[in-house]
Amino acid sequence: MHHKARIALTAAGLMGLSMAAQAQDGESYITLASTTSTENSGLFDAIIPQFTDKTGIEVRVVAVGTGQAFEIARRGDADSLLVHDTAGEEKFVEEGYGTERANVMYNDFVLIGPGGDPAGIADAETVAEAMQLIAESGAPFASRGDDSGTNRAELRLWDAADVEAEGDWYRELGSGMGPTLNTAAGMDAYVMSDRATWVAFDNPQNLELLFEGDDALFNQYGSILIDAERHPHLKHDQAEQWHEWLLSDAGQQAIGEFEVQGQQLFFPNAE
Amino acid sequence: MPSDTSALNTALSLILGFDPALMEIVALSLRVSLAAVLMAAVVGLPLGAALALWRFPGHGALVVALNALMGLPPVVAGLCVYLLLSRAGPLGELGLLFTPTAMIVAQLVLVLPIIAALARQQVEELHLEYREQLTSLGLSRLRMIPTLLWDARLGLVTVILAGFGRASAEVGAVMIVGGNIDGVTRMMTTAIVLETSKGNLALALGLGIVLLGLVALVNAIAYVVGETARRRLG
Repeated sequence: MHHKARIALTAAGLMGLSMAAQAQDGESYITLASTTSTENSGLFDAIIPQFTDKTGIEVRVVAVGTGQAFEIARRGDADSLLVHDTAGEEKFVEEGYGTERANVMYNDFVLIGPGGDPAGIADAETVAEAMQLIAESGAPFASRGDDSGTNRAELRLWDAADVEAEGDWYRELGSGMGPTLNTAAGMDAYVMSDRATWVAFDNPQNLELLFEGDDALFNQYGSILIDAERHPHLKHDQAEQWHEWLLSDAGQQAIGEFEVQGQQLFFPNAE
Repeated sequence: MPSDTSALNTALSLILGFDPALMEIVALSLRVSLAAVLMAAVVGLPLGAALALWRFPGHGALVVALNALMGLPPVVAGLCVYLLLSRAGPLGELGLLFTPTAMIVAQLVLVLPIIAALARQQVEELHLEYREQLTSLGLSRLRMIPTLLWDARLGLVTVILAGFGRASAEVGAVMIVGGNIDGVTRMMTTAIVLETSKGNLALALGLGIVLLGLVALVNAIAYVVGETARRRLG
């Protein structure tokens, strides 16, 4: 009997191996580390096919928080980087991981909160005033708390508003933008979001957009070319084509034409 | 909030519509999880049997470690495999990160302890029962392994199904090492996480129902095969 066990195990092993070894498509592609806001809003689905049509290069997007995107790129696991933390991006280039950084597009952050607006931020003049009102009211505020570009921008805004962001009302969720909005909706909390994720978000429940338009809420996205010497295995030529295309007229136009529910979400601003 | 019926409707229209993107995701989920489970079975079953038959210094510690690894958090397994396969890691040269192969490796790490630990227990019980007969046949322990595995096969199907359940349900490991890349490494569970984060709760739940149906189907096939075998044995 025991030879049957061997046959069964060998067959299972061969099946497993053949499934694992199924041809990885050898087409031309680059891996792009980017943020959840660009992926979740559907921007990449709209613009990448145009780039692929023109160059034959597929772009595989790994959408994570900006902090993790930097880490992936530092370790040499992505060919290109598109994130929104200008200070962090400049540091990345200074440290020698990237050779060039360029502005690609911008959108803005907005303050979201429960429809009743218990802190009364809708009438605030500036975002600093709005954030002071939230802290004074004691209404819950849901923070990403994940070292993402949005989280870093939010912390800078608390600093600028001279508010200590801590206490019962300040809840660090350690989650992406979407999960943070889901949680904020569940506990009727205030929350800061990039506009793209908010407009494309489908589960707002009682949440509404309450404050927008202050220049301090500007949200710049940048593309970075990763250093060829440090990571020679990366696909620099293709990554450079992607970087150049984003900054070209065609790429900028594709970004400007992307809309969700009739609303333009990203504004091209390459120089 | 989506009502339960809207999630069910979404699930039905997903299945009946044969949405090509969904079919691709389903196929990848099955391929990754089945490959991981089959390879884990090839290594884990003999390993479990060997642990049941041999006694050596540190045997107890090894059994406890194996049992403890059944509770390995998927995200920890994913992180370890990520560090291993990352370009800056020891196996970076292979360029496997963010591919289905990386996801199979991560799930293999998760499933292997389950299959080995549960197989050890099954084989040990069987061995206690038949020890004298096996010894009187003059079988060496090495030759007992396939014999005992074959005799325990009906119970071992359940062991393998437990491993498959773990593989098909986990999301933490494949998210890290696969990157949830559309059309390349997006699986059922990572798609559910993505749709939840977009607030598409009905679609997320609908995908969950499809996944559950898929796992039920695999279990049903195993059940029918097991019952047929049992009847033949009398």
